[in-house]
Amino acid sequence: MRSAIAGILILAAWTAAPLGAGQSPAARSPVPPQSAKPPKLPAEERVEVPPPPFTDGIFPCSACHAGMPVNRTRRELTEMHTDIVLTHDAEHRWCLDCHDAANRDQLHLASGEPVSFEQSYVLCGQCHGEKLRDWRAGVHGRRTGDWNGHKRYLLCANCHNPHQPRFKAIEPKPAPKRPAPPGKQPGGQM
Amino acid sequence: MDSKPRTPKVNRRQFASCAAAAAAGWLLTGCGPRRLKEVSPARLKELLAGMERQYSAKYGKPVTVAGTQAIPGVEFAYALDLSRCIGCRRCVYACVDENNQSRDPQVHWIKVFSMEKSKGVDFTEADPYYQPSEVPEEGHFYVPTACQQCRNPPCTKVCPTGATWTDPDGIVVIDYDWCIGCRYCMAACPYGARHFNWGEPTIPKDQVNPDTHYLGNRPRPKGVVEKCTFCIQRTRAGRYPACVEVCPVGARKFGNLLDPDSEIRYIIEHKRVLVLKQDLNTMPKFFYFYAT
Repeated sequence: MRSAIAGILILAAWTAAPLGAGQSPAARSPVPPQSAKPPKLPAEERVEVPPPPFTDGIFPCSACHAGMPVNRTRRELTEMHTDIVLTHDAEHRWCLDCHDAANRDQLHLASGEPVSFEQSYVLCGQCHGEKLRDWRAGVHGRRTGDWNGHKRYLLCANCHNPHQPRFKAIEPKPAPKRPAPPGKQPGGQM
Repeated sequence: MDSKPRTPKVNRRQFASCAAAAAAGWLLTGCGPRRLKEVSPARLKELLAGMERQYSAKYGKPVTVAGTQAIPGVEFAYALDLSRCIGCRRCVYACVDENNQSRDPQVHWIKVFSMEKSKGVDFTEADPYYQPSEVPEEGHFYVPTACQQCRNPPCTKVCPTGATWTDPDGIVVIDYDWCIGCRYCMAACPYGARHFNWGEPTIPKDQVNPDTHYLGNRPRPKGVVEKCTFCIQRTRAGRYPACVEVCPVGARKFGNLLDPDSEIRYIIEHKRVLVLKQDLNTMPKFFYFYAT
């Protein structure tokens, strides 16, 4: 009988320690709470957009185009811009539907209103309105920087080639090693 | 009948000494080491400084160990766009580099599953070992998984030493000094998100990320469990997790669930959102969505 009581006492002592240690973290938090809310910048200061990704030496366009006559006909480009392959609704579109003929260093909207290369997302958003809406919300496209502060956005053209907007397939990084079959070295390829 | 007087197996003296020993033992447990959440700020500073010395010596460069607490008013959540992910595994290796995962034996906190579009999200048919020359493959989509940071986490409930818990910003963390390697949490996790260091972790000295956190990417010993912490060393300093920044298609989104203007709230309010194994009532804070 007495041995049973001693056993129970020892057991109780044994279990008491982990129980005491398992209290909620909030109740024992060693550091007092900091300022009530994280600081918040105004919306425009939270966003940074890099410059448009021009090919080296290609901008300003007016450096070459200023004196040239405007040719709106659809044709194969043989002298310059031969690297450009248009697969972006090519049937219905040609250079000057987006690039501006009057001011070569700008783009223009369907309405004819000029828009700079830095704001090319407005042009893209004419057709891809729901993507523009998601991009503004931070949901379409990659974000880097601070989740609650200064965010770096990318222009549409930083990821999508405007002339061939579909992403090209890429090589995947190596697959994880398979777990070892019984009796074999770990990491062996099966 | 036995008429002999009963002699007790334990006499009064033995009982008293046993009880005294038990009481002393109980008192002594209160003097032992403590989990991060329990130590005083001064003791925490000492602990961190000691670790910094140890890791700096081991890897031959200055390693910092932060003990940054959760930011009040913040609950982290993650969202991943299944319609965009191309299965390139850039996130897997960015995570390994950022979080000092063992290179050999190999530990990957992120696992990407290739699934067939005709079969939908079905883990019984999924393949994590796909290795085509180019991704995405025709007729396939990809589901990257990592710790789902459950609000009702089965893993923390089974830990016998209290080495894993949910911090106030919703990150399920592990104190590696308290983990005894029993792997109950790995058995409890329905997502296979916890990983055990079966061998001594190896990280090439030049590849060690010296910017670490006590509950996150500080170098781990052999025999402890580890998992995704939403890059606690980055996110508690205001930065995006490494996987978010590396994703080439922008499929990964991260933010504060309590901020109505955050990306994460926009996604939950405007997109088709799902969580994995919803029927288990684990309530993940890792959401999958379709932006298109």
